[in-house]
Amino acid sequence: MPPEPLLLSSLAQYAYCPRRCALVHVEQEWADNIWTVRGEQLHARAHGGGEEARGDVRILRALPLVSRQHRLSGVADVVELRPGDVPYPVEYKSSRYPKTHRLGHFVEALQLCAQALCLEEMFSQPVLQGALYHIASRKRREVTFTPALRQAVLEARDGVWALLESGVLPPPAADDRCQWCSLQEECEPFAPRDFPRGYDPFSTALEEP
Amino acid sequence: MRQLLNTLYVQTQGTYLHLDTDNIRVEVEREKKAMLPLHHVNGVVVFGNVLLSPFLIHRLAREHKPVTWLSEHGRFLARTETPVRGSVLLRMAQHDCAGDRERTLAVARYIAAGKLQNQKTALLRAAREAAEADAAPLRQAARDINDQIACLPLGQTVDEVRGIEGTAARSYWQVFPLMLRQHREFFWLSERTRRPARDPINALLNFVYTVLANECASACQTVGLDPQIGFLHALRPGRASLALDLMEELRPIAADRAILTLINRGQITPRDFEQHEGGVVTLREEGRKTVLAHLNERRKEEVTHPLTARKTPLGLVPHVQARLLAQHLRGDRPHYPPYLHR
Repeated sequence: MPPEPLLLSSLAQYAYCPRRCALVHVEQEWADNIWTVRGEQLHARAHGGGEEARGDVRILRALPLVSRQHRLSGVADVVELRPGDVPYPVEYKSSRYPKTHRLGHFVEALQLCAQALCLEEMFSQPVLQGALYHIASRKRREVTFTPALRQAVLEARDGVWALLESGVLPPPAADDRCQWCSLQEECEPFAPRDFPRGYDPFSTALEEP
Repeated sequence: MRQLLNTLYVQTQGTYLHLDTDNIRVEVEREKKAMLPLHHVNGVVVFGNVLLSPFLIHRLAREHKPVTWLSEHGRFLARTETPVRGSVLLRMAQHDCAGDRERTLAVARYIAAGKLQNQKTALLRAAREAAEADAAPLRQAARDINDQIACLPLGQTVDEVRGIEGTAARSYWQVFPLMLRQHREFFWLSERTRRPARDPINALLNFVYTVLANECASACQTVGLDPQIGFLHALRPGRASLALDLMEELRPIAADRAILTLINRGQITPRDFEQHEGGVVTLREEGRKTVLAHLNERRKEEVTHPLTARKTPLGLVPHVQARLLAQHLRGDRPHYPPYLHR
């Protein structure tokens, strides 16, 4: 078991694409695209910190999260403390309410559920629900933390551990996911791993093919 | 998503660069000469007596934009090193590979193959456009280089690979002047002389190679490779061997081609050179300006990378190659694929 807790964000990256997770956390690569920049700008605002009360709900912003049991840490955008100090995590997303992007849909829920696991430990309270707030469409999507979702979080955690331990880059996904990924150039998902046909550094052809 | 941005070259002596909100303010004798938005610049290269304000240096460092200091005549002096990029595992893999005879040989062979292929392509292309009398020796030189390419897979040591590369280089430089169409007698090249240059072509080559080597070193650092640990070039203190390795494939197309174009278009003429006592030749400031402007234009030209099959600006090819090398070193691809120009 690695000595340092895993970043919550790495779980979502792993669930999206293990290679992307390894590129960021093993190879220390990073690149931005329009989505990551938007997300960053948004979180810079959301992470202003502080707390406020609205009725009987206390709103905590940029709350540091930690789970000793699962060895996770990170920061929650917003945690609403509902009556009885029941935490209710809300993660901000710059995107629209998802209609078609099924995997992204699931990954966001997984990230939220990982936050819930931390909150349960920190507040000694069961956390059964949370929400994703989609800024572009100003819609909240409520997520229920089912046993299956919790299991997926723990599997992602084990997956990230295994990646960090082995230090080996998994093969590229080379599918629809890649079009949204900011690390395309670092990953080269569609380039052949070995020399493609017609590419021969030792070729002795005298004219261009 | 790495974007090709401009490198800011400053060679007017006594220039002062400083940060003005999000711009680089360029002043000469306290007079504003230019304002450049920082987000259009990916690095600053200064020649000789040019001042940079500490705040500008800090800001560039924070954004991982290197500052390179060259002497007034373009000799490399120093480069800022921003907080270490890339994975420590990559650097370990690079060290391991450099310590492994077989793997070093394999990488060295591919680097040399890339260079020789690109030299061959350059000669054949020139032969098609050359006058009848010049075409034959150009083709012959391409055939000679081809023979050396055939020898490469047989080379058993890196020294042998260097020997093969040297033999090919002699064939190449012998016919290089045949690709010139202007001022042939002035630009005649007898042999490659490094520092100092003994003739105008060598002065040009040395200057362009310095600029290119810097770009390759930056590419290594951006990807997280150690620019000093090379495979084809011998390790020597103070020498950026890996940057020189990466440069090999690019010399014929990015550097030599640029020089030929500038001379053939009449943009560089004998007036751009200064002949010193004792047979040393240097490039005048105006000439350097012309060369840098041309290199900046060339950098934007898009080529289709033979491996990734993507349109890539020529200026980003060093980055792509550094990344492909990193992938090979980390076991993500079985071979290092050199850049083969088409």
